[in-house]
Amino acid sequence: MLIPHPLLGLRDAQEFTYLGDAALLDRPDGLAADAEASFADYVYLRNNPAGVHRELWFHEHGDRSWLIVKRNTVTHEILGAELARDVALASRGEAQ
Amino acid sequence: MTRLAGGLIDRSQTLDFTFDGKSFKGHPGDTLASALLANGMRLVGRSFKYHRPRGVFAAGSEEPNAMVELRTGAWREPNTRATMVELFDGLEASSQNRLGSLRHDLLAVNDLFAPFFAAGFYYKTFMWPKAFWERLYEPMIRRAAGLGSLSMQPDPDTYDKGFLHCDLLVIGGGAAGLAAALTAARAGASVILADEDFRLGGRLNGESHSLDDMPATGWINSLEAEFASLPNLRIMRRTTVFGAFDHGIYGAVERVSDHLAAPGAGVRQTLWRITARRTVLAAGATERHVPFANNDRPGIMLAGAMRTFANRFASCPADRVAIFTNNDDGHRTALDLSAKGIEIAGVIDTRDGAKVFGSYPLFAGAAVTNARGRLGLKAIDVTVDGRTQTLRCGALGVSGGWNPNVHLASHHRGRPCWDNGLQAFLPGEDLPAGMIVAGAAKGEGTTHSALNSGASAALQALADLGLSASRPRLPQAEDAPTNLKPFWHVAGKGRAWVDFQNDVTVKDIKLAHLENMRPVEHLKRWTTLGMATDQGKTANVTALAVMAELTGKSIAETGTTIFRPPYTGVSLGVLGGGDTGKNFRPSRLTPTHQWASANGAVFTEAGQWMRAQYFPRVGETTWRETVDREVLATRSGVGICDVTTLGKVDVQGTDAAEFLDRIYANKMASLIPGRVRYGLMLREDGFAYDDGTCARLGEDHYVVTTTTAQAGPVYRHMEFARQCLWPELDVQLISTTDAWAQLAVAGPNSRRLLERIVDEFDLSNPAFPFMACAETTVCNGLRARIFRISFSGELAYELAVPARYGNALMERLIEIGADLGATPYGTEALGVMRIEKGHAAGNEINGQTTAQMLGLARMVAKGKDAIGAVMSRREGLAGDSRVLVGLQPVDPAEPVVPGSHLFSPGAAQTTANDLGWVTSACHSPNLRSSIGLGFLAGGGERMGEEIIAANPLQNQSVRLRVVSQHFVDPEGGRLRD
Repeated sequence: MLIPHPLLGLRDAQEFTYLGDAALLDRPDGLAADAEASFADYVYLRNNPAGVHRELWFHEHGDRSWLIVKRNTVTHEILGAELARDVALASRGEAQ
Repeated sequence: MTRLAGGLIDRSQTLDFTFDGKSFKGHPGDTLASALLANGMRLVGRSFKYHRPRGVFAAGSEEPNAMVELRTGAWREPNTRATMVELFDGLEASSQNRLGSLRHDLLAVNDLFAPFFAAGFYYKTFMWPKAFWERLYEPMIRRAAGLGSLSMQPDPDTYDKGFLHCDLLVIGGGAAGLAAALTAARAGASVILADEDFRLGGRLNGESHSLDDMPATGWINSLEAEFASLPNLRIMRRTTVFGAFDHGIYGAVERVSDHLAAPGAGVRQTLWRITARRTVLAAGATERHVPFANNDRPGIMLAGAMRTFANRFASCPADRVAIFTNNDDGHRTALDLSAKGIEIAGVIDTRDGAKVFGSYPLFAGAAVTNARGRLGLKAIDVTVDGRTQTLRCGALGVSGGWNPNVHLASHHRGRPCWDNGLQAFLPGEDLPAGMIVAGAAKGEGTTHSALNSGASAALQALADLGLSASRPRLPQAEDAPTNLKPFWHVAGKGRAWVDFQNDVTVKDIKLAHLENMRPVEHLKRWTTLGMATDQGKTANVTALAVMAELTGKSIAETGTTIFRPPYTGVSLGVLGGGDTGKNFRPSRLTPTHQWASANGAVFTEAGQWMRAQYFPRVGETTWRETVDREVLATRSGVGICDVTTLGKVDVQGTDAAEFLDRIYANKMASLIPGRVRYGLMLREDGFAYDDGTCARLGEDHYVVTTTTAQAGPVYRHMEFARQCLWPELDVQLISTTDAWAQLAVAGPNSRRLLERIVDEFDLSNPAFPFMACAETTVCNGLRARIFRISFSGELAYELAVPARYGNALMERLIEIGADLGATPYGTEALGVMRIEKGHAAGNEINGQTTAQMLGLARMVAKGKDAIGAVMSRREGLAGDSRVLVGLQPVDPAEPVVPGSHLFSPGAAQTTANDLGWVTSACHSPNLRSSIGLGFLAGGGERMGEEIIAANPLQNQSVRLRVVSQHFVDPEGGRLRD
């Protein structure tokens, strides 16, 4: 597979380490009152769609960027990739 | 002898080879198959189940029958297709799957029991008694039914792997592939043309017709001359593209030196990973046969193959041959053979009113109904209008039409589609992205249409890439239709083979139909059709057609199976690409490796690292003796150990303290510059993840360490936290594991030793106490970091210098510390001392244990949101009573065995009574007994009690006493000095 790194262009998937669902970006607040329940969901519940999936890949043998890659799990078609940091910062902006 | 005139063989040279020990001669340009045929060898092998005599059936990679063991000794390779083996001088081959000689195979008795070996026989017969399967049935079946055998020696050859990128990959070097490569290469695109043959041209090499006014070989030669002048075109002969993978990546195997007499001299095969922006699949087509009774006799082969053997290889299986066909292409074989002086006994054409194209006997509206000649064809029965006559011939060419080679087109689960006009499966719509199919592979089978479809495909591919190209002038070529009329098999008594390699007959398909194994996937598995090493290249479509006939459905309704890589067999050796043994993975050497090696160290693998395990001295007879000495020397004098492999992460930024507070369970922001703190990381699920030290070198600068094993994962985890969880923090990370050589200098003399190398640095207790750190210089100006930390429990330091000075530093310390007893120690002594001191390591922090269990629960700070803190407080984790304890045998002579489980004395040793387990153990030279660490339920309340360590694997039960985990210096006086 080839992953379109937003900074480095097409890179071989072998340069990356896979983590999983990009929902891991949305870490609950550990000091909130309902922290235990929300962490149980965060740690153990994942969607596993047959189709488009947003997932985390780490460019371990590269520039050490975490990427969010949009991949169709049925066809392996890759629909895009973003720097996870940009996505996380953008979602901070929305939240405020 | 049946060597003909002409052909693409070099008669100026003669090659000697042997088959089953008998000597033969051939020429460069021959394959083993063509040379055997030219020597009159029709019988070359035995079939899989019935041990039927078999001969060469095809001329290319689809060959089902002519499989041989090639070469000898460790180089012996079973199941090698004789049609793909280029002849070389001294080649040695032997037939396989026989007991006794090839002509008198004792297992041919299987053929008499054929009724018992029909499809599904194993499934029904060998069901009981169950115990007989492994001991009797399976070994018996494996002996009786099989192919070649392995040498049982290590593979002596070397393999390589490589990576290629191109605009256009052209798979197949026949008419379509050549036209595609020419079109794209002339336009300046980077092009790879790969073909499994050793000669470009594909079927053109086997045909007699001309291109423009010259023989096809003349046109190929002129192309080759032009190709040589195009640096943007790479021709890869002897290269099979075996799989289409995601995003335009193709796997290919180049047989670099299989065709040489001594392949061991260089690389045997190379695995190529080709990344192509566009691909033209021009894989051609495979001829299909027409099953009839005893159609597997040696001498019966595909008509197109017979034509190839005659035109290209100047060989023929017999001097009198017949042709059985349902189309005009079969007649072409008769004409070509006739022109080469072969006598045509007749062309048996299933079509009523078939026309004759030359001077040979024609049987129109006829069928071949039987074949005679057990070890080689002698005659065939020809039936016309119910009347049968016997026709004498030594070979029969069979032509049932052509199947496009759609394999790679369906590697991404694309389903081939049936074309009623062509009576063939064509590549479907859902091709691998970027692939265009051309030539006979998509049903454009005449030379004229193949050439033009190849050029069109290249133009389309280049247009997709935004490259302009023009259609080259292509030669005039034959464009005659084959006028095929479907005819799938000859009905009648007697076994008619569909899949030669797995011995599947029309009867087996009928049986599958009766057993209701009608969907193609069931048909395939029930009969094993198409599941041999040839993957049914000459069988699958014919079998489908027979099943369609039986079910009364059309072929399109019957469906087809799809294909997976590899297209043809790939040896496991080349898939490894040479990465075996020492080269299986990279080795990382520590900075002091050279010194350790020169000083006789024994090394151990720690992940990719090679670490010094211990340093035996002359006279020491066991590793224990050496390790005991190293431990005692360290605890009484000073020991030095390379600890570079521990991961180091440099953390800088105005938010570095805040970041580390969230990464570690304990507080790090409160650490003052110049001090070190032990740190525990949790996973988000609350379990212990890793531990290490965290040194604050400055207000905005920390250096943290990880365990050796987790250096990569912890760094990845920290980057995840930095980039994905808290991108707003001003913090930067860099792994500096390889940048700094780090030596542990431990023991009561460690300070005195270091005082001899530091540059004006006060190492005294008040100035540089336990858990202090500093940046300074040593050895007259060498940049260094000193940490006063201790894994051994002694007064100890870790000294870091730029990695390239590590070896010299080790040498210097040992040299100037001789009078202080300076002793190098390895990972064994390191392990003994940490167990004696009661420090947790990988055995204790193994992903299944918690801060609570490690006795570190109070380190998990409240009031801050650190990773894993919330989940660590779950009832199930927080309430776990198992804690880390020390364990010592009641009888000092007895061992503590790691992995043993702990039980109360007298309790039944069952899971329900399990109280914990031993995690680490060693011999302690200080306590003069075996000692261990372990997790024990209610361990805190059991101090001094006896417990049983059970090791049922070795029927062992040892009485242990529960003690403090700190065997040596429990108050910590030594490390604080």
